[in-house]
Parts: sequence; C-alpha cells; structure tokens
Amino acid sequence: MSRKTNLPAGKRALELVQNNAVPIMFIIICAVFIPMAGFSPSYLLNEIVTRMGRNLFLVLCLLFPIMAGMGLNFAMTLGAMGAEIAIILVADWQIWGIPGVVLAMILSIPFSALLGFICGTLQNMAKGREMITSYIINFFINGWYQLIVLYIMGAIVPIAHASIMLPRGYGIRNTVSLLNMRQCLDDLLAIRVAGVKIPVFTFLLVALLCLFIVWFRRTKLGQDMRAVGQDLEVAKAAGINVDRTRIISVVMSTVCAGFGMVIYLQNIGNLPTYTGHAQIGMFCIAALLVGGASVEKAGIGNAFLGVILFHLMFIVAPGAGAFITGDSMVGEYFRVFLSYGVITLALIMYEAKKRMVRSKAGQELAEAQTKKEDA
Amino acid sequence: MSTAIVLPEALKKMGFPRLIISGFLLVLFILTPFVGVDLPTQITNIINRFSWNAVLVLAMVPMIHAGCGLNFGLPLAIICGLLGGTLSIQLGFTGPMSFVMAVLIATPFAVILGGGYGLLLNRIKGGEMMIATYVGFSVMSFFCMMWLLLPYSSPTMVYGLSGNGLRPTISLDGFYNQTLARLLEIDFAKIAAALHISLGPLERIKIPTGSLIAFALLAFLMWAFLHTKTGTAMTAVGSNAAFARAAGINVDRTRMLSVIMSTWLGAMGILMYQQGFGFIQLYNAPNNLTMPTVAAILIGGASVNKASIPNVIIGTILFQGIVTMTPTVMNSAIHMDMSEVIRIIVSQGMILYALTRKAEGAK
Repeated sequence: MSRKTNLPAGKRALELVQNNAVPIMFIIICAVFIPMAGFSPSYLLNEIVTRMGRNLFLVLCLLFPIMAGMGLNFAMTLGAMGAEIAIILVADWQIWGIPGVVLAMILSIPFSALLGFICGTLQNMAKGREMITSYIINFFINGWYQLIVLYIMGAIVPIAHASIMLPRGYGIRNTVSLLNMRQCLDDLLAIRVAGVKIPVFTFLLVALLCLFIVWFRRTKLGQDMRAVGQDLEVAKAAGINVDRTRIISVVMSTVCAGFGMVIYLQNIGNLPTYTGHAQIGMFCIAALLVGGASVEKAGIGNAFLGVILFHLMFIVAPGAGAFITGDSMVGEYFRVFLSYGVITLALIMYEAKKRMVRSKAGQELAEAQTKKEDA
Repeated sequence: MSTAIVLPEALKKMGFPRLIISGFLLVLFILTPFVGVDLPTQITNIINRFSWNAVLVLAMVPMIHAGCGLNFGLPLAIICGLLGGTLSIQLGFTGPMSFVMAVLIATPFAVILGGGYGLLLNRIKGGEMMIATYVGFSVMSFFCMMWLLLPYSSPTMVYGLSGNGLRPTISLDGFYNQTLARLLEIDFAKIAAALHISLGPLERIKIPTGSLIAFALLAFLMWAFLHTKTGTAMTAVGSNAAFARAAGINVDRTRMLSVIMSTWLGAMGILMYQQGFGFIQLYNAPNNLTMPTVAAILIGGASVNKASIPNVIIGTILFQGIVTMTPTVMNSAIHMDMSEVIRIIVSQGMILYALTRKAEGAK
C-alpha cells in the first residue's frame, strides 16, 4: 500500500484505469448508447431499480465459490432449477402471496442443497478445471430437470391442477402463471420516489445477504474458505478439510441461488418452465464481471456496480442498435456479444495472470537453485 | 466407480459409460422388429447421419493430441465453413462447383482465424477448454451481427422483404445439396430394379458413398499425419509438454498447428454436414453442434488428452445411432418421446465423466 501512495498521480490514475478497464469500458458504452436509445431518465431509473431487485440476490450468490478459489460458478443454475421445482409444487398447491414465496424458498433448500452437493463433489473430482466442469454439470442436470418436469411430474409426482399441466396428462406447461404471487415481495413496503418504485423489502433481503457475506468472511469457515482459495496445498497442510470446505461453498452458492431465483420469479410473475434458468448463469456471471470482478476476486461492490451497468447496457442496446444500423436485431446480438465477450476477457486475463505467476515462481525457484549450487 | 472394479479387465478398459451406451443401443436394435420400426430405414439414417457428422468429430482429434483439450470452440471453425459456403453462393457458383469453391474460400479463413485462436490458446495453457467455450460463443455472437450487416445480396440467401441480412436457414437446392452423397451412391432399390430381382427390405438401404469416401480420405490423411515426424511431435507435446520442450520440439508452434488443423477440419466438417442436410444454418445454430460433437468422440473412447481415428468412427456411429434410434423406437414402444432428454443426459454425462476422471485430471 505504501508503495502505491508514493507513485505520481498520473501513474496512479493509469493503474486505476488498468485495474478497472471493464467497468470503464461499460460506462463509456452506456454513455454513448443512452442518448441514442432515447429513453426518458425516469423510465431508465425505474427499469434499473426493478432489475436490481430482481437480479442482485442471484449475482451475490456467485461470491462464495470465488472465495473458495473455485472460479465462476456456472452451476448456480442448479439452484435456479431447484427453486423452479419448488415453485411448481407451490403453484400446484395453490399457496399464493407471501406464504407461497416463503414456502417456495424453504422448499427449494433441500433441492438446491442436494444439487449443490452433487456439483461440489464432481468439482472436487476435477480440480484444476472446476469451471468447465460446473459448466457441463449445468447442462447435465438440466437434462434430469427436464426428465422430472416433463415426464415425472403429473405421472408419478401428483399434480392436481390441470392449469399448469400439459394437455396430454403429464408434464408441466411451458409457462406456469404466478400471477397471484407476482411482485408480492416487491410491493411489501414499496415506496415511490418521483415515479420510481423502490421495492424496499427486496432490497432489505439483499442487504441481509450482504451482511451475511460480510459476517461470514470473518467466521472460522469463511477464513478456511479464503485459505483454500489462496492455496490448496497450504490449506491442506494447515489442517483444513479442503474438499469439505469447497463443497460447503458450492452448496451455499446454490442454496442462495435458489432464494434468488424465487425473488426473480415473483418479480417476473410467470415461470418459463424450460427456459427460465437457461441464461441465468451467464447473465449473472457477466454482470458480476462487468462490475470489475475477476475470476479470483469479487466483492459486494462489484455485484452492485455490475448489475447497474450490465442491465443499463442491456436495456439501451436494442434501441441504440436500431439507431445506428436501422435494425434492432443488431443491438440485441450486440448485447449478447458483449456479455460473452466480457466473460471471455475475464477468463483470458485470469489464465494469463495465473500462468505469469507460475512462471515467475518457477524462475525464482531456478534462481534460488543456481545460487545454492554456486554456494 | 465401485462398480467398475468388479468388471473384467477387457470391459473395464472399455469404460463403464461406454458399456451402458453400447448396451442401450443394442437393446434399441433388438427392440426394432417388436415395435414395428423398419430396421433398414434406420440403418440408412444412421449411415447418413454418420456421413454428416464424422468430419466434425474428426476435427476434435488434432487438438486433443496436442494437449489443448476438447475443442469447445467448435463454433469458430463452423463460422469459417459458413463463410465459405455463403461466399461461394454469393459469388454465383452453383452445383458441385459451389462446394469446391466453399472449401477453397473456407480454407484461408480457417487458417487465419485458427491461427489467432491458436495464439490465444498458447497464452492460456491449462485453461483451454473454458476459454475455448467462450471464444466460440463470442465469435458466434459477433457473426450473428455480421450476418445482418455484411453486404450479402444473393436473393437465395437474404431476407425477401428488406433485401439485406441473411436468412437463418438457407436451402442448398441447386447448390451443393447432396453433392458428395450422390457421388457413386449405392441405392439398393435401383440395383434391384436394374437386375429385375427383389432384395426385400434391403431395398430401403442407401449408401452415400461419396461422403463416406471423403471422410475416409480425411481420416486417412489424419492418421498418416499423426505418424509423420510433426505428428509424433504433436503427440509428444500432448502427453508431456516439458519433456517435448526438452527434446527440442517447438511446443507453441506445434500446438498452433494443431489448432489450425482442428479449425480447418471443423470448417470442412460443417460443409460436409450442410451438403448432407441440405441447408445452411446461421446465427445461433453453430452452438447446437458443439456438445454432440464433443460427446461423440468421448463416447468413442477418447479422453481429454487421448484420441484416435477408431474413437472417431465408433463414437460417431454410437452417438448418431442413439440420436436416430431413440425417437423412433421409443415413440413406437411407449408413445412417449423422451429422446431429447435422453440425448442431453447421455452426451453431457459422457463429457462430465471424461472431465472428472482422476487419472487424467492430475497434471
């Protein structure tokens, strides 16, 4: 730290820009796009606040595996699937409103925890390539999810209400209406400031999760997790049960993702049964990275900034695309391109840095050895 | 894998999941007469689909050999093929000539894009697979914009109303649809008619000889290459990079070559796929081929750092067998189409199995 303060102001500014290249790029993109899209400020503000309430919880759940050094948890989708199964059951039992949401959250815990446990165990079997493994697990479990929802529900698991069932007698419809549950959390304690609806209760839940994360980092388990994230071997030598700690971090992530998905779905007001979870992982990861996080380091601030910038870009891109090229589809593809691009960039920077550190360590070792031989 | 321990040595070598998949396919074959599915038609379908997909699967081999892992960046290679195909049509070539031109045009793109991709993968050794996935996605979504913005004008390809932007699906009738498949095609129905004899159910079998020969040629070249000095060097880099470097092999250049070869084969693979399927599919379609292709070579017995030509052939037959047989047999047997779900579980499960195997996980 002291070294940094000694640097001249210009150099320090340059370093700041280098370390935050992605958020700065997104700020520029948004600044260029907003006037092109031509939305009113109050509309934009309203959308951003809504989307923050909808997505923040989901984005925050990514922090646990990053803490444990397991990289971006592409398998957070598992929690979303667990929550979707819980929501389908709750919708079938016709428990609506706040009790329905609470019940769905409670019911999602066993599903998410089980899936998280499976995911963590598999990731432990594939140390060194956790991310690609979590990415594939996500598709693999999606197959089982479809099997359960499309063939087992209604046939083996009793589904009472025909309104959510496919006409053929088993399987769940493509969309399950959650109209009676819609925005019931958001409307609780909601206040309007200059036409912008602020879902206070949802934000309170998010704040609770943030407090939990801050507190958790200081607990014994949190410290263990960070030690595991720093260096597996050192942590093992220090007597930490590495595998168990890693599994716990993934389970925490999936369970939180389950809660987040319930919040997300009550805001949307319907459940797209087979596509609802498909993009969740990618968008949340992209949002976190846009906020300046990297594969090994992410904080609550990154999540907040990321959700704001990423969704701002998401709202204005089609309009801006239409303005530039006359075709709004270009804008839509552009925002998808940016989401993929930012993830690619973060992954490349992470791997390149890892390799640099490794080769530096190798050089130091070689130098030390030659010194020893000289002596 | 406690179950694998009790299996005899030969079966253990084959691997538990492969055993299940082969057994499953065998059951499907045995079931066909009982559920009223026509076996010769099914076999024709499998051979056809084999000829569409085999080259794509072959494209996995060089990168696995050089230790770059499974090529999840296949969309990049497919994009090169798509550029070749669309540009060939745009330049006004028709019939078999359009296929030749598509191959010729796709080649420089594959070399340039593959070269860049190889450069990138050399900088991030150890994390190839995850980055390959996202490089594939990024390139694909970038080209989603390009298909709309590039000045294509051929009326067979662009949107009818606005006149700009390529359509998501382009029919290849009059271009290179079935160009290779029709070459020397063996059609048992025609043979029977010519000889004035009845061959019974055999008459429903058709063999796309040209496509199969093209695949055989590429596979042979691949095999021959792997036995040259450069090919052996590639295998050495894949099995132990440090050792290969000590032996005086330029690791980065060898890896780069493998990536370029993989990209070129992928581009050829998609052109082969299109000539069999009869359509060019643009926009997000390249993504749909990645997982099935990766799964196919793994089902054939490859692992994250070992693959051979027999793996390609066996894997493609097994995977395409399941893809074609499950819907028809399942539908006739229990009137319930679970094929999609089974396909997802089988292919992703196979990839997951390959990624989590201890012996290969430890570097």
